[in-house]
Amino acid sequence: MSAEETTRKGKGTVFVRMEVCKGCSYCIDFCPTHALDFSKEFNQKGYHFPVLNRAEDCTGCDLCGLFCPDFAIFGARWKDLDEKRQKTATPVEP
Amino acid sequence: MSESLDLHLALAETELENPVLPYLRQDRIPHIWCPGCGIGTSVNCFCRALTDSGLDLDKVAIVSGIGCTGRTAGYLNLDSFHTTHGRAIPFATGLKLGNPDLNVVVYSGDGDLFAIGGNHFFHAARRNMDILVICVNNFTYGMTGGQVAPTTPVGPTQTTMPLGNFESPFNLPFIADACGATYVSRWTVYHVRQLAKAMKEALNKKGFRFIEVMSPCPTLYSRRNRLGDGVDQVKYYKENSVIKNGADTKDIGLGYQGEIVVGKFVDRERATWLESMNDHFSKVLGDQFKPYGGKPEGV
Amino acid sequence: MKADPKGVLTGVHFIDGDHAACEGALAAGCRFVAGYPITPSTEIVERFAARIPKVGGVFIQMEDELAASIAIQGGVWAGHKVMNVTSGPGLSLMMEHLGYACMTETPSVWVDVQRGGPSTGLPTLPAQADMMQIKWGSHGDYEIIALSPNSPQECFDLMIKAFNLSEEYRCPVFLMMDEVVGHMTERVEIPAADQIEVTERKWTKKKPKDYKAYETTPEDLVPEMIKAGDGYRVHVTGLTHDERGYPKMDVPTQAQLVTRLLDKIRKNADKLVDVRMDGCEGADVIVVSFGITSRVATAAIETARAQGLKVGHLRLIICWPFPVKLIQDLAKTVKAFVVPELNMGQMVLEVRKAVEGKVKVISVPHPGGTVHEPETILEQIVEAAR
Repeated sequence: MSAEETTRKGKGTVFVRMEVCKGCSYCIDFCPTHALDFSKEFNQKGYHFPVLNRAEDCTGCDLCGLFCPDFAIFGARWKDLDEKRQKTATPVEP
Repeated sequence: MSESLDLHLALAETELENPVLPYLRQDRIPHIWCPGCGIGTSVNCFCRALTDSGLDLDKVAIVSGIGCTGRTAGYLNLDSFHTTHGRAIPFATGLKLGNPDLNVVVYSGDGDLFAIGGNHFFHAARRNMDILVICVNNFTYGMTGGQVAPTTPVGPTQTTMPLGNFESPFNLPFIADACGATYVSRWTVYHVRQLAKAMKEALNKKGFRFIEVMSPCPTLYSRRNRLGDGVDQVKYYKENSVIKNGADTKDIGLGYQGEIVVGKFVDRERATWLESMNDHFSKVLGDQFKPYGGKPEGV
Repeated sequence: MKADPKGVLTGVHFIDGDHAACEGALAAGCRFVAGYPITPSTEIVERFAARIPKVGGVFIQMEDELAASIAIQGGVWAGHKVMNVTSGPGLSLMMEHLGYACMTETPSVWVDVQRGGPSTGLPTLPAQADMMQIKWGSHGDYEIIALSPNSPQECFDLMIKAFNLSEEYRCPVFLMMDEVVGHMTERVEIPAADQIEVTERKWTKKKPKDYKAYETTPEDLVPEMIKAGDGYRVHVTGLTHDERGYPKMDVPTQAQLVTRLLDKIRKNADKLVDVRMDGCEGADVIVVSFGITSRVATAAIETARAQGLKVGHLRLIICWPFPVKLIQDLAKTVKAFVVPELNMGQMVLEVRKAVEGKVKVISVPHPGGTVHEPETILEQIVEAAR
């Protein structure tokens, strides 16, 4: 996950299920740090979906998740994500 | 852009799950609501409220009537009942009295609850039936194509008011207050944190509780009246809402694109219908009466 | 399963049909009623309201019949056996919820103490004019079961049977009383609880993960049931739905669901025949009657027999499903059927449909307000025997 290491710029990130997004732009307009933009791509239904273009600004506050009418996005803090990973980590086979 | 997109795809497959997904019947998502409709946002807040409420979800039942908001019951992973038009409240009354252990929530729209179902609302509130009623108010009949509703403000065009509505709308919190509700609040889908908190608070309270949730109907209300998209309406909610907890409900009627008073207006204690029945019969019948509650015997 | 003794008022009573019907419901295990007063059915809910605090259960008077007829269904999904009590105008208001009970397969007993109509009509006087409304009054295709008592004793007995059938078939079952039967006072014998057989709900034994709310087999078209609060997270809707109970609005699902809802009654129609036959063998004329009219018909038949006519009496206890095959068999040997009823000709249409023009079918209509004069029926018997 080297890409992740290089983009771990902010305190948190967002997860998007782009196929259920209907492009209402609630998350984009009401993100407190304006970290999201619409994608240039379309999803299968023909909607633009949110992308985290300013990852350094994302605090993982999950307000996007609370606003989303389609359950398509949510935010999380890296701190919480790391804790979760540690809990669920499986030993690496030699 | 594409680097960040790849990252999100990679993460989304393996890592955290959206915290609301366990509350939804995932095999029924995506839902039928239009892009920019606020009903999904209110449901999202409700799911968070369920988490925070600490309730046993097996004991929470949701009842909806007919209409766009009426479809809510079908998406929630609870015991869920999609009833007939306007009759969610009496069905919920039967469910609650049938098994008082259940926490029964009615989740429906303004047309369903206040036009065809108005009478039931008044009486359930009067009786202080122990149910929570969440009304998503989008000021129109969405499912049938944008007809005038009992909540439509004076002014906007509706398909059955093609020259603009001239009927006065209901002030929903005032009705709930006057009929005796123990908890009355109004929020918009802009106020997601407050709404989730209000829902949690109401879930853990007894008696007839009412929450009005203002929500945009972009397809049939906003766009037709040149008010923009769903998100434009939510921005209007943001800019024009004033939080006035404890406001007198008679003063908080909604005009067309005017000021919106939000907040918690009523929070009081009153014996529920079942408590009153048990108290009364215990007094009158003494030992001959065993207070009613819990599951039907022998089941 | 035997009746719960708490609801059984064992002994000999001198009560009217409405009161007897209420005792029948209590004996059958009904512990929740949401009612709305309407003449001439009100005494049933009045008695229930008075009796239930000591038996253990709930009565609530709702704001209207729409509320009553759906609140009871909420009670069912909470685990109760329920009854819905009304008369003409109330029944008209309840029609949508009749469809909901059929569609969602909510077991429930619907009592209609019939009065003269249409509209407000004759609130305090009898009729039997709702027989077609219960069969066809709610929109769409559905099947119900209907029983017709002619005495207070039968109001008690058939009420229990109505509850048992509603549990067995998971459909609304009607007890089609009328004003005369409802207000007629007679001896009613209520047996001991251990003499009363009651049918338990068809509870599933499956675990939540294996349970589908509307799953059936070709052998058994009645799905297993659960109640809210037990962790099954059921979804119930009046929309066309699949086995899981999820809305699915397409042609195959509609065909499968509606066909099953009809077939669970139609394929059991032979099992559901319940009639009283008197002198039908070798009869030239058979009088087909039900409810209060059967008592008047009996008087007419006795006079006709005294005049030397060979007259049989077929009384329908279960009116819906209609005993088509039985009528067809009888049609092979009789000259004519005579059908007196307190309406302008409803069930006679079913008799005509069954005999397919092979023998004469004579209607003896009555607009309601009182019962027939036995002479009116007698005249038609004599006419038919010619």
